[in-house]
Amino acid sequence: MKYQAFLIKYAEIGTKGKNRHVFEEALCSQIRLALKSVDGKFSVNRIYGRIFIDCRSDYDYDDAVEKLRCVFGICGICPVQIREIMPIEELKEAVVRFMEEEYPQGEHTFKVHTKRPNKTYPMDSLEVNAELGHAILEAMPRFSVDVHDPEIMMNVEIREKMFFYSHEIPGPGGLPCGIGGKTMLLLSGGIDSPVAGYMIGKRGVKLDAVYYNAPPYTSERALQKVKDLASLVARYTGPIYLHNINFTEIQLYIYEQCPHDELTIIMRRYMMRIAEMLAKRNGCLGLVTGESIGQVASQTLAALNVTNEVCTLPVFRPVIGMDKEEIVSISKKIGTFETSILPYEDCCTIFVAKHPVTKPKAEVIRDHEKNLSEKIDEMVRRALETDEIILVDAQGDRIVKGREDPLED
Amino acid sequence: MREIYLDNSATTRCFPQVAELMNKIYLEEYGNPSSMHHKGVQAEKQVREAGRILAGILKVKPENLVYTSCGTEGDNLAIIGCAMANQRRGMHLVTTPIEHPAVLETMRFLESRGFEVTTLPVDSEGLVDPADVAAAVREDTILVSVMHTNNEIGTVQPVAEIGEAIKKKNPGTLFHVDAVQGFGKARIYPARMKIDLLTVSGHKIHGPKGVGFLYVGDRVRIQNILFGGGQQRGLRSGTENVAGTAGMALAAKILYEGFDRDTERLYGLREDFIARITKIPEVWINGRKGREGAPHIISVTVPGVRAEVLLHALEDKGIYVSAGSACASNRPHVSSTLSAIGLGKDGLDSTIRISMSVMTTKEDMEDTAAAMEELIPFLRRYTRH
Repeated sequence: MKYQAFLIKYAEIGTKGKNRHVFEEALCSQIRLALKSVDGKFSVNRIYGRIFIDCRSDYDYDDAVEKLRCVFGICGICPVQIREIMPIEELKEAVVRFMEEEYPQGEHTFKVHTKRPNKTYPMDSLEVNAELGHAILEAMPRFSVDVHDPEIMMNVEIREKMFFYSHEIPGPGGLPCGIGGKTMLLLSGGIDSPVAGYMIGKRGVKLDAVYYNAPPYTSERALQKVKDLASLVARYTGPIYLHNINFTEIQLYIYEQCPHDELTIIMRRYMMRIAEMLAKRNGCLGLVTGESIGQVASQTLAALNVTNEVCTLPVFRPVIGMDKEEIVSISKKIGTFETSILPYEDCCTIFVAKHPVTKPKAEVIRDHEKNLSEKIDEMVRRALETDEIILVDAQGDRIVKGREDPLED
Repeated sequence: MREIYLDNSATTRCFPQVAELMNKIYLEEYGNPSSMHHKGVQAEKQVREAGRILAGILKVKPENLVYTSCGTEGDNLAIIGCAMANQRRGMHLVTTPIEHPAVLETMRFLESRGFEVTTLPVDSEGLVDPADVAAAVREDTILVSVMHTNNEIGTVQPVAEIGEAIKKKNPGTLFHVDAVQGFGKARIYPARMKIDLLTVSGHKIHGPKGVGFLYVGDRVRIQNILFGGGQQRGLRSGTENVAGTAGMALAAKILYEGFDRDTERLYGLREDFIARITKIPEVWINGRKGREGAPHIISVTVPGVRAEVLLHALEDKGIYVSAGSACASNRPHVSSTLSAIGLGKDGLDSTIRISMSVMTTKEDMEDTAAAMEELIPFLRRYTRH
């Protein structure tokens, strides 16, 4: 076992004043959750004003790091070597060996940074710095000292034991999951909505998600793809309740009653309305979409205004100002891209008009929606009744509530 | 909801007797045929019995059969094995554009290794002309590969005439037939039809998945492509799939025992279904409609309805069919057979395949026809613009 502990660095939590312990506790429990599936015993504690993960047994280092890199709130992961207190001569040897193992090749600049809260140690931190710096320079000629901007910060902490650490693995940043409340993500099978979910999740917000399926126009495989995407996002955001809503009837009714070039925009208004009803029913304080200005006809500023006006909850669009390529690069980073590009039809594309409106006017759309007044409320109610709730986590999915059991309001 | 399974060209339901036999072998006669002891002998006996049954059906010797893991392996072994063993005699191969990807992709691989491949034309029903085959065979042609029954439209090739034409032109040219869709649905006698290599798969004939065989004629030289313990005369190393092989043979035996009666019945069901379904405006059948085609495959084009939508709408009623060829359904690239017979883009997007089996009943087909009569006009009301 090369490292006996991890020191977890977090950025923003540190600025949270009196709430700080709430944030730290939330982060600790997220870390414990993330490490649950890793081989090994860990204990996660707030100690010395930081979060410290003690590895209490042999453990799978790579897996542990991979899981920690998904925990929002962590901005850096430092693998730590823990040693018994030792006199300076032995300490010099131990630190040189540690550096050699950490950096077997290359020329680097470095600085030794010692902390000595344990005042029984006979040298002060500046003296230790000097001794260790010399020892490293002597043993490793390819290293040189740079006290202002070193490539390597060799940290030595002298407490009841000695702690060595030097490199920091970047974490995802953000805030720990769940401290920011809950939102409802409109999840399609595309590239953008999983990224949008990830980005909102990163701000400590939990996700519920809604997916509109339209059998026979969309298939069971399309639903499986959405579950797979939710499962990938859940590695970061924690378990997601996915609401699977049957949208066929509404879609066909709009098709019959409204101008075809307005089909998508009217359909999206109903998707937002239903999402909002589900959101309110489930205690979500906002909606999240993967819209980006101008990407498609229904995402022009005019179209966004028209779809937005049906909602009273705030609608968050974290990728609104991003180019497709930027969104793609995030989706590759978080591992959803390969699944997103699987070729299954989703309900947004099945009846898309050749030339959909790009500058819809709210009055006109509202007027045309009146054509739906006869049956639409009943259809929306029925659609809500089809709500199939699927609990999706990083390991997979299971149905929490089947279709045959309509939700009570 | 009653389940009506009409995707039998993708795979079939195992005969219960087959599953029982395999269960018994897995639990009791689980030995390795190569073992010296009783358990090994017992297992070997099952494989030999399977060989006896299958060879009897094809009127060949059990030694002519090499058991494989699937149709794809059989096609690969036949084509690559033939090319490797005969490349000093020539580097030319002949095939058709409507073969299964297991043949077409293997041919493409050989092309990348310096072999030359001629692809024959087919007519609008997907038929290959034996005269075209004869014209394509040259002195350096080592292999002709033509499928028996097409998996997408059910066209049955005149394999006996093709075999005749090949051997007349060049007796040294080998003839491979992919009979994955034909075996069990037609009587196939490789020796009489001048077929040197014949591929069969277990799960298309109510046998298990994960097993198949390749018939290799006497004096036909092929190079093995798997290396190992030297089982099956070195042609296919690897412990024999005892239960699978026995199950496949039993399935074949059951099919051929009822062959005349079932074939007649399936043709009847097919004709009735076609007569009824083509009364729906603008609906047509691809391939041959009469008894020259396969008894179990019906390729239906429904302009104005996307095949995938019709498939899922039928699924809603418990009816399982496929869109084009199920083998290619995860890659929505254009079907090679349907485009080879000249279907345009709209036709390609609107074609479903209904494939029956001996388990299919009259009621199944009537319910399916009724469902299509109801669904097609409804689905045509909602189209993409």
